[in-house]
Amino acid sequence: MNDLLYRITLICYFLATIAYLAFLIKPRDILAKAGRWTVMAGFALHCGFTFSRAMAAGHTPITNLHESLSFFSLAIVGVFIAFERKYRTAILGSFVTPVALVLMFSSFGFPSTIGPLNPALKSNWLTAHTVFAFFGYAFFSVSFGASFMYLIQEHFLKKKKLGTMYQKLPSLDTLDDINYRCLTFGFPLLTLAIMTGAIWAETAWGTYWSWDPKETWSLITWFVYAALLHGRLTTGWRGRKAAILAIAGFFVLLFTFLGVNLFLPGLHSYK
Amino acid sequence: MNIIVVGLSHKTASVEIREKVAFAPTRMEKPLRELVGLDDIGEGLIVSTCNRVEIYATTRDIAGGMARIKRFLADYHQIPYDVLEPHLYCHHGEAAIRHVFRVSASLDSMVIGEPQILGQIKTAYGYAAEFKTSGIILNRFLHKAFSVAKRVRTETKIASSAVSVSFAAVELAKKIFGDLSDKTVMLIGAGEMCELAAKHFLNNGVRGVMVTNRTFERAVKLAEEFDGKPVQFEDLFDQLHKADIILSSTGAPHYIIRPKEVEEVIRRRKHKPMFFIDIAVPRDIDPKVNDIENAYLYDMDDLQGVVASNLQQRAGEAGKAEAIIEEEIGQYSRWLASLEITPTIVALRNRFEEVRRAELDKTLATWKDLPQGSEKRLEALTSAIINKLLHQPTSTLKQTGQGGRTDLYVDALRQLFDLSTAQPEEEYAPLEDVDESISAGKG
Repeated sequence: MNDLLYRITLICYFLATIAYLAFLIKPRDILAKAGRWTVMAGFALHCGFTFSRAMAAGHTPITNLHESLSFFSLAIVGVFIAFERKYRTAILGSFVTPVALVLMFSSFGFPSTIGPLNPALKSNWLTAHTVFAFFGYAFFSVSFGASFMYLIQEHFLKKKKLGTMYQKLPSLDTLDDINYRCLTFGFPLLTLAIMTGAIWAETAWGTYWSWDPKETWSLITWFVYAALLHGRLTTGWRGRKAAILAIAGFFVLLFTFLGVNLFLPGLHSYK
Repeated sequence: MNIIVVGLSHKTASVEIREKVAFAPTRMEKPLRELVGLDDIGEGLIVSTCNRVEIYATTRDIAGGMARIKRFLADYHQIPYDVLEPHLYCHHGEAAIRHVFRVSASLDSMVIGEPQILGQIKTAYGYAAEFKTSGIILNRFLHKAFSVAKRVRTETKIASSAVSVSFAAVELAKKIFGDLSDKTVMLIGAGEMCELAAKHFLNNGVRGVMVTNRTFERAVKLAEEFDGKPVQFEDLFDQLHKADIILSSTGAPHYIIRPKEVEEVIRRRKHKPMFFIDIAVPRDIDPKVNDIENAYLYDMDDLQGVVASNLQQRAGEAGKAEAIIEEEIGQYSRWLASLEITPTIVALRNRFEEVRRAELDKTLATWKDLPQGSEKRLEALTSAIINKLLHQPTSTLKQTGQGGRTDLYVDALRQLFDLSTAQPEEEYAPLEDVDESISAGKG
């Protein structure tokens, strides 16, 4: 049952990605609509899957890479649906759903068995810390998509190449606004995740901060986004510069999330 | 019942003729009533814009109806018939349907794809509905035309791009700024092109206009016209940071805005984007300005390039639009034809029944020694005969209702059997919500 939900979710995301990518090439509203409905269906199933897995395991299902990747993908899709509704830019889907699909597909590659919970993770902080972290990540992922679109649209406007894609992409202002909005949600969430993590570390390991690779890289990520936010608020960084930084931030974030788990052994290496 | 179209447009008549034939939009009741008062004319509707005057009507007698409408146009506007007649075109049947669908979808417009025409036809229909000069056929016809136009607009890119330099500038600005309502335009210099573009920006909701000119009086005068603010030419760079969109067309022989100044202005604006439109030849703004972050510079050539490629795209889309229209014509004419089928069948049946009744009564009245119960049998026999006779034509008619050519059969039957049928009645169908994006332009 659980496995079936998971597989259907994966199929939905796959179909949604195809529809959104096709929409990028063919300006048919029906494609955007198809993408929207399949991604929403996928999201509903994905929520169902996550919930039933939490019931089965007896704790928040974000304890290994399989679960984390899946939850990351869930959060991205959730944030995307919210933004799509607010800004009415279906084309955002062409840039965000592939990210969700890749994450979901990677999670497929990791063992999905529910093992005994790592004793260090047995805590009430687990839910708060991971949910904050992954929703923060999700906002940054959408910001990555929007930034990418910004750079493309800016390129079209500067080079005066005004084709079909230019017509479909939203205005620079909208894209910059999405980027900023994501930052204002994502940054506090990341901050909360680091704070709850520190408190949890104190209760579990007796120290708030131990310079474990995950902690170090989280801090680096935090600094990148803090710099971006600071630049936006004070010196008026926007547009291209902000987009490039948001993209850079996303890669740092990916390394914090995946690279550290896979390559740098430490307290957080839950595979 | 046939739909006919009589009219003239920018393709057949010069503006001198068109303006004479135009109907005043505020006084449509009189001509509409006169139109439907003409012999043989059922329903009527008048479309009058600066590029076309057209009458859509229904009639039993195609040639007579057309002639009367032509005469009506000449008489109403007191133009000699011989002067007007050569400019008029007439369509009936499928050609009339095609014509109206093409006009509504803006395929017959001077600038293909311009959005005003649909609003204008909706207004014309509004008058006809208000004064009850349109009925079941025109109501359905116009609603169909609106839905076809909508389909063309959504399924093709015919109206999706700007085809004039000033519209192209507005569209670009929208792609940079999104919402224009909090944006300010700075006009440097004067000139028709520049003013036109400024007007387009105002129509698209920019917050304000600033005007500067080497002769301050001219700036003041122009600023008054746009309800804007005049700026001394010497203060240009002090004020430039307040402007989001800069329209420049001075007669200066050299660049007046250079990268150095723009960099400074943008810094002062906290890197908010600026859109420079250089309509001057020779140019006013150094092309290197385009390399500055958050500055976008388009000169006349760039804008014309945008327009040219948009026009090309529209021409390509027109083919798709025509295909949609052909498809819809088929559907509509089948419906129109089917309107006639049922009354015709009923009339045919009644005619046969009349004959049967009359003959049967005559026979029964004279036939004295009829055995018991024969009356009933004769009744059944004659009924069976006409039912058998009518079965084939009835089902043939119903079948052609799905495949066209119905009018042919209906007309033949009417004439052969001298049938007259009552017209179906339908309450006036209210106008669907007029698409907000289509304004009823004055054009």
